[in-house]
Amino acid sequence: MPEKPDAPRDAPRPDVVLEARDLSKHFRVRRTLRSIAERDRPVVHAVDDVSLRLRRGTVTAVVGESGSGKSTIARLLAQLYPATSGELRLSGKPVRAARGKSFRAYCRQVQLIFQDPFGSLNPTHTVRYHLTRALRIHGRAGRTAAELEQALTELLGRVHLTPPDRYVDKFPHELSGGQRQRVAIARAMAADPKVLLADEPVSMLDVSIRLGILNLLRDLKERLNLAILYITHDIASARYFADETLVMYAGRMVEGGDSETVTQRPAHPYTQLLIGSAPDPDRITGAGEEPGAGDATEGGEAGGEPPSLISPPPGCRFHPRCPMAMARCRTDVPPRFDLADGQWAACWLYDGTTEERPAPQEAPA
Amino acid sequence: MSSPAVLDISGLCVDYGLGDSAVHAVRDVSLTLHRGEVLGLAGESGSGKSTLAYGVTRLLSPPGVITGGSVRYHPRAGGSSDILDLEPDQLRAFRWQEISLVFQGAMNSLNPVHTVRTQLTDVLQAHRPGMSRAERTARAEELLSLVGISSDRLASYPHQLSGGMRQRVMIAMALALDPEIVILDEPTTALDVVMQRQILRQLTRLRRELDFSVVFITHDISLLIEFSDRIAIMYGGRIVEEANAKDIYETALHPYSDGLLHSFPALHGPRRELTGIPGSPPDLKAMPAGCAFHPRCPKAFEPCERRVPELLPLTRAGGDTPPPGGADRTVACWLHADH
Ligand SMILES: Nc1ncnc2c1ncn2[C@@H]1O[C@H](COP(=O)(O)OP(=O)(O)O)[C@@H](O)[C@H]1O
Ligand SMILES: Nc1ncnc2c1ncn2[C@@H]1O[C@H](COP(=O)(O)OP(=O)(O)O)[C@@H](O)[C@H]1O
Ligand code: SF4
Ligand code: SF4
Ligand SMILES: [Mg+2]
Ligand SMILES: [Mg+2]
Repeated sequence: MPEKPDAPRDAPRPDVVLEARDLSKHFRVRRTLRSIAERDRPVVHAVDDVSLRLRRGTVTAVVGESGSGKSTIARLLAQLYPATSGELRLSGKPVRAARGKSFRAYCRQVQLIFQDPFGSLNPTHTVRYHLTRALRIHGRAGRTAAELEQALTELLGRVHLTPPDRYVDKFPHELSGGQRQRVAIARAMAADPKVLLADEPVSMLDVSIRLGILNLLRDLKERLNLAILYITHDIASARYFADETLVMYAGRMVEGGDSETVTQRPAHPYTQLLIGSAPDPDRITGAGEEPGAGDATEGGEAGGEPPSLISPPPGCRFHPRCPMAMARCRTDVPPRFDLADGQWAACWLYDGTTEERPAPQEAPA
Repeated sequence: MSSPAVLDISGLCVDYGLGDSAVHAVRDVSLTLHRGEVLGLAGESGSGKSTLAYGVTRLLSPPGVITGGSVRYHPRAGGSSDILDLEPDQLRAFRWQEISLVFQGAMNSLNPVHTVRTQLTDVLQAHRPGMSRAERTARAEELLSLVGISSDRLASYPHQLSGGMRQRVMIAMALALDPEIVILDEPTTALDVVMQRQILRQLTRLRRELDFSVVFITHDISLLIEFSDRIAIMYGGRIVEEANAKDIYETALHPYSDGLLHSFPALHGPRRELTGIPGSPPDLKAMPAGCAFHPRCPKAFEPCERRVPELLPLTRAGGDTPPPGGADRTVACWLHADH
C-alpha cells in the first residue's frame, strides 16, 4: 500500500503497531429444519478478508452502516474471539491464538472501549474501584497506598476529570454520559496500551458532548503516540477526527485512503452513496427541492438495504444495488485497486481497463 | 411569515409528577406551526422535545400532566379550537384525522401478532366506519405504495420487515386519514443514513403532494437544518431560539444554538472550527437559576444567573447591523434583550 500522501516528507513512516491480514469471521447460526435436511451449516459472513494497519500516532477510522462488521473487526483485533481465518500481527510478530499469560500480555497492549459506557461500567462500584482494579491487573497500581493514589490522579487527569477527588468516589450513575465514557477511557489507559480500539465511542452521547471525547482521544493519540482504531457510522466525524478512513460494506472493506480524499473524492459507488446520503446542512432544502436527489435507489423497496450475510451476493456484494454494476461484478470479487494519493477501492471500475472515474453522486458543496 | 398558522402553542407547561417533586419538563413554550411548513425542533436528550409532542397531542401518560397554556388548532375550514379543551371522544376523532404523531421508537411498537394489513385497516375501520372491507384494503395498499413499499407486504408481520420498512409503515399509518399536521419524533434516529435519506426524501415528496404541515423532532442538528423551513431550539424545557433554518445556520444568536452548530463536523466544504459546548446538559430536578444555560455559557454576564430571559423578537442585534431574518426570529438571551 502506498504512503500516506500528507505525511511530512522528512517524517519517518509511522510504525505499524497492529496489522490484520485477510481476517475473516464467520458465525455459525442456529440451524433451521430445512438446513438440517439439506445438511447445510449456515454461517453469517460477518467479516471477510479484511486487512488493515494501525500505526503509531495515527487514527484509523472504520466507517460503515450497522451490521457491516465493524464491531466484529474490533473484537477480532481485541482477540475476544478467534478469527475463522487470517492473521494478526502485533509489532510485526504473528499473534498466536491467545490464552492465559500471552493473552494478558496482548491485552496490556491492545485495549478496547465500547459504545455504551453504562454497559461497560459496573453500577455497584465507584470510579476508584474500576480504575484500581485495572491498574492492579496490569501491575501498575504501585506498592504503596500513596503510589496508587498518585496513579489514580494521573489517570483521571489524563482524561480531564479534574480535580480528581470530585470524581474518584462517584458511582457511574452519578456521572454524565460523557464523564462515564471518560472513565471507560481512563480504565483502558490504565494498561498503558499501544493500541486503543474505540467501537463507536461517541454514538450514544449528546451532540454537544461528542466533540470533547473525540478531542480527548486525539490528545491521547498525540501525547502518547497511540494507534487508535475509530469505529463509527458517521463518516463526517471520520473526516474530522481520523487520519485514514476505511469503508466497510456487508462484511468487506471496499475503500480506503486518507480521510480527506475518501470523504471528498469517494471512489467506490457504495462510499458515494453513503456520502450522498449523509445529512449535510449546506444543502438546505427546506420546503423546496428533494433532499439529496441522485442515488439509484429512490423508491426501490429493497434498494436501500444491505444484503443478508448468510448468503451474501456472489462477486461484489454491492452489485444488487450498484448503478454501475457490470457482468463480472455479479461473479468475481473485486480486489483492491490502487488509485492516486494512496486511495484504493475494491471495485471493478478501477481495473485499469476502465480509465474513467465514475462521477460522485453528490458534488461536494 | 406568509402562510397562516395551523397550530399555535402558547405558554404550554408540562410536568411529570405533582407538588414539590414535580419535574418541569416543558416550560412556558410558545411556538407556531404555519401551514405547509416543516418546523424543526432540536435539543439534546432530556430537553423536553418528546414531552412537548406528547403534550400537544394529549398523549401524555401519567405522571405527565399539562399544567398550563393552550394549543390552538386552525383547520382550513376556518374557526379554531384549543386541543387542551377537547373531550375524550372529540380527541379520538381529532387524532389521526387532524394531527398524527409518529413517536420515537415507533417502528418497534407495531403489534407483533398482527399483519401490516390488519394494523393499517384497523385505523381506517375505527375512523371511517363507512368504508367497505375492499375499500380499506385498497387504501392500505395505496398507503404502502406512498411510502415505497410494495403491496404484497400487506400480509407481512412486523418481524418480517427491516427497521426501515417498519418505520415507513408507521409513517403510512400516520398518513392514513389525511391529517393536516404530522409530528415526527426522531423518525429516523435508529436507521442508517442511506435509509434515513430515502425516508426523508419520501416525506418531502409526500408533504408536497398531500399538503400537510410537519413538526420534525431530532437531536441531529445537521439533518434538521437540511430538512426544515424553520427551527426551534430547546434547552432545559424551554425554547431558546426560533428562526428560519438558513438564518440560524448562518448566524445563531443564542450561545447554546451557536455551540450546537459548532459541535458537529461538516462533511463538505472547508473544515470548520469546532468548539463544542463545555459541561453537561442540565438536570431538570436541579435547574440553574436565571438562564438555564448560564453555567455552560461562554458569554454569561451579570443578569444571566438572576433572571430568566424571555423568548422575544429581537430588539437589539448586539450592535451594528441586524442579523439575517432579524424581523422574523426570536431568542431568549440577555445578550439580545434590554436588561
Ligand atoms: N456473535 C454473533 N453471532 C452471530 N452473528 C453475529 C454475531 N456478532 C455479529 N454477528 C453478525 O455479524 C454481522 C456484523 O455484525 P457487527 O460486527 O456487529 O456489525 P456492526 O458493528 O458494523 O454493526 C451482523 O450481521 C451481525 O448480526
Ligand atoms: N414518564 C416520565 N416520568 C418522569 N420524567 C420523565 C418522564 N418522561 C420524561 N421525563 C423527563 O422529562 C424530561 C424531558 O424528556 P423528553 O421529553 O423525553 O426529552 P427529549 O425528547 O428532548 O429527549 C427528561 O428530563 C426526562 O427525564
Ligand atoms: S465492483 Fe461492480 S458492482 Fe461492485 S461497486 Fe464496482 S461497479 Fe459496482
Ligand atoms: S442569557 Fe446569558 S447565560 Fe443565557 S445564553 Fe444568553 S448570555 Fe448566555
Ligand atoms: Mg457495532
Ligand atoms: Mg425524545
